Amino acid sequence: MSVEVRKNSQISQDSDYILKPDNEEKVSQIIKDLYKKNLPTEIIGSNSKSFIGNKLQCAKILDLSKLSGIIEYLPEELYIKVKACTPIANIEEVLKKNNQQLSFEPINFGYISSSKSNKGTAAGCLSCNFSGSRRFKSGSVRDHVLGFRGVNGKGDTIKSGGTVVKNVTGYDLSKLITGSFGTLVALTEITFKVLPTKDSSSTLVIHEDSKEEIAKLFNNIQSSSNEISGSVFVPIEPNNKKYIQNREKIFRFNDLKNEGPFLALRMEGSKKSIDERIRDLTIELDLKNKKKSLLDVHQSLLFWERINNLEIFSNTQNSLVRIVIPPFKCIDLMRYLNSDYKYYIDWCGSLFWIEISDMNEEKLLNIKDYIIRLGGYLTVIKSSENSVPLKDIFTINKTRLHISKKIKESFDPKGIFNPGKMYRSI
Amino acid sequence: MSELALPKVDRSTISNRDKIVNKLKRIIKSENVLDHNDEIKPYETDALSAYKQKPLVVVLPENTQEVSNILKYCNEEKIKIIPRGAGTGLSGGALPLNDAILLGLGKFNKILEIDFDNKCVIAQPGVTNLSITHAVQHKGFYYAPDPSSQLACSIGGNVAENSGGVHSLKYGTTTNNILGVELVLMDGTVCRLGGKTLDQEGYDLLGLICGSEGLLGVITEVTVKILKKPQTVKAALIGFSTIEDGGNCVSEIISTGIVPSGMEIMDKALIVATDNFCKAGYPKDAETLMIVELDGTNSEVDELINKVSDIAKKNNSTSIRTSQNEKERLSFWAGRKAAFPACGAMAPDYYCMDGTIPRGKLSEVLKEIKRLSKKYNLPVANAFHAGDGNLHPLIMFDANNKEELRKTEEFGAEILKYCVKVGGVLTGEHGVGIEKRELMCEMFNDNDIQQQLKIKKSLDTKNLLNPGKVYPILRKCAEEGRVHVRRGEEKFPDLPRF
Repeated sequence: MSVEVRKNSQISQDSDYILKPDNEEKVSQIIKDLYKKNLPTEIIGSNSKSFIGNKLQCAKILDLSKLSGIIEYLPEELYIKVKACTPIANIEEVLKKNNQQLSFEPINFGYISSSKSNKGTAAGCLSCNFSGSRRFKSGSVRDHVLGFRGVNGKGDTIKSGGTVVKNVTGYDLSKLITGSFGTLVALTEITFKVLPTKDSSSTLVIHEDSKEEIAKLFNNIQSSSNEISGSVFVPIEPNNKKYIQNREKIFRFNDLKNEGPFLALRMEGSKKSIDERIRDLTIELDLKNKKKSLLDVHQSLLFWERINNLEIFSNTQNSLVRIVIPPFKCIDLMRYLNSDYKYYIDWCGSLFWIEISDMNEEKLLNIKDYIIRLGGYLTVIKSSENSVPLKDIFTINKTRLHISKKIKESFDPKGIFNPGKMYRSI
Repeated sequence: MSELALPKVDRSTISNRDKIVNKLKRIIKSENVLDHNDEIKPYETDALSAYKQKPLVVVLPENTQEVSNILKYCNEEKIKIIPRGAGTGLSGGALPLNDAILLGLGKFNKILEIDFDNKCVIAQPGVTNLSITHAVQHKGFYYAPDPSSQLACSIGGNVAENSGGVHSLKYGTTTNNILGVELVLMDGTVCRLGGKTLDQEGYDLLGLICGSEGLLGVITEVTVKILKKPQTVKAALIGFSTIEDGGNCVSEIISTGIVPSGMEIMDKALIVATDNFCKAGYPKDAETLMIVELDGTNSEVDELINKVSDIAKKNNSTSIRTSQNEKERLSFWAGRKAAFPACGAMAPDYYCMDGTIPRGKLSEVLKEIKRLSKKYNLPVANAFHAGDGNLHPLIMFDANNKEELRKTEEFGAEILKYCVKVGGVLTGEHGVGIEKRELMCEMFNDNDIQQQLKIKKSLDTKNLLNPGKVYPILRKCAEEGRVHVRRGEEKFPDLPRF
């Protein structure tokens, strides 16, 4: 049952079912009470990513959405401190006015569930640690969290980090919290590192359908000193009409010449520098005889927005998985996927987003085994509405699970925060 | 130097020394167990050489299984153990204890794999930072974090301390540049965190381990990311007549949207000291000197260096020189890199502090340091990684004068407390170790520290791995927190420190 459905169901008429504190002190008081009564609790923000992770059945819902607002933004210090559930869209709007950005490019999961934009909240973004196309160049969410405040599973308010980049004072809990899916701390405040937006950007599109050639290009791009900040391959398969129509709609740009598979490269910086880099890359990547398109700044911005909105999978009813592998293994995975799946590759060969229509436990295990053999990991982002709930939607081994359990206990000794959200035993 | 509080000595461990040594000689090769005084001596201290302790015994395992067996044995027998890399740390993180085994990782000194395809290198923890770059530079790659001790410091130690360097504003510190580690926990469990992929699913244990100062596990292998060298690197050397102008210039460069690869500031005292020491050719009339380094593609660097010059002029710079070639760029850095030894030549002793502050607070903090310098009647020179707000004040004094030593200690603690007061932190890159341990409560309250201690306890139930480091023992804010260099007798005096 989704959170929305539960909110409207009979049980939620119990006014205590959903707890909605509006400040940190109240969060702490509520959690102290939950701890005392040993009540499993689901922590939510704006629910933009509630479909990720195992389904929960909790006694209470702790809704932190009232903790919203920018606390401090100092552009010259390159940080923004926000209340935990400040919408990412609001943060980006404020940063844009100062020509700054969250450099990790937050993924917009709104389209895959409802065909419209919903970037969720700062806390949701941090809790999932899913970064967009610029990640392989600029780092992920975890690399941009300078500090946080929050409440642990006993109700104690804790903090870590600060507002400065260079800081080795105590354990780096900001990193540990990032990607923990709300199982360690109820976040109340987050400080993000922000970076300047470059003056301009352009996207060079190479029309290429040979998998081997794509893999070779990815490898050469990573070895280039031409500062490429996005590198994505969008194949044409599977050959079904609906998909092809949708793909054409998403990538309909005045200057995008061809409708076949393509590899797109983003360059950001001054106009002069971009022109220079395109000339360099044409030689460096041996592109002279390849079909190419060049998207100007306006088209380029829109192109990468659509990539990071996951618009290819807009409103999908199927399962969606996210796979990260060592970049040089991308040729193996491309061959494995053959033409059977709708997918695209980001992070210069490292990140695969794949839609799977007939997902079941056996299929998931087979794919996961293969990915582990490649040295990577797999996360089920969304299960198809009709399928039986899958068991192991994250990838973990026995030793790491053992350590993770101990870490969990140190933050949340009674296991009341999002129990089972990541792993059944945590 | 203040009396240092250490964890309670376990007398039974000391009285069982022979038995322990014999057992260790059965776990690893007997020649790798050092138990004679003259063999142990080099391990008595790290680069915070003011503190010395003789370890119970030194072990130099050769592989992960041996490390695991040693830790398992120590855990079962409740014997403390102190891991040590190259011993170049400035905060006493590898200080031995009389009742603890010192575990040196010097024999883990091989690069295991250079993987240009996946842009990474797998190295044993004892491999030096710089040798990773040396191993890949023939193909135009390098490892980005560059602590000043990179010639000698080990990559395992870099992970333990989350080492930075002058280029961390643009390229991040160790935590942003490693992909994986192999780690042995106190109970002997061997685990792999990360690998050759970007990010890790689940709890970011790699992020937790990096910078944990050897308290959570012993690192036995590290996978680092390598980067392609930038096409061009250029630097500008800029003088200002006031600290305020220099500080404003830093803020304006950043708020204009420029992210230099390095941005350093030196105050008048240091300009004079370094010029006397190594004839760096810095403008002596300047009150504040700034080095701004930019890297990237050719035209981008040219454009940005012009922008930086314009911003500097707008902020009343008194001189600007732009490097015309690599030789000139390196000459700009020569004086800055000689800052520490230059101070060593000016006074019998100096203390080096390591706070980080918001960039915009630079002139305020430097003024406060100047005020304190007058108050304590002790000269101080300031080096500042302005790009990322990391301040290294160097207090000059004579430790033979007990009163001067006491005043220096007070002075240092006041500086670090002021850093925290203006929104900064106690340590930017040297680590807490034993040095700033008792100042932790300036930054963290009891809840914060208890949470960190619970993590420690969850992975090291008996508190045997590097005990007495990072977290306060005294439960009060003692006035400690410096690197003490006695009569130029710095540990690793030949290493540049900046």
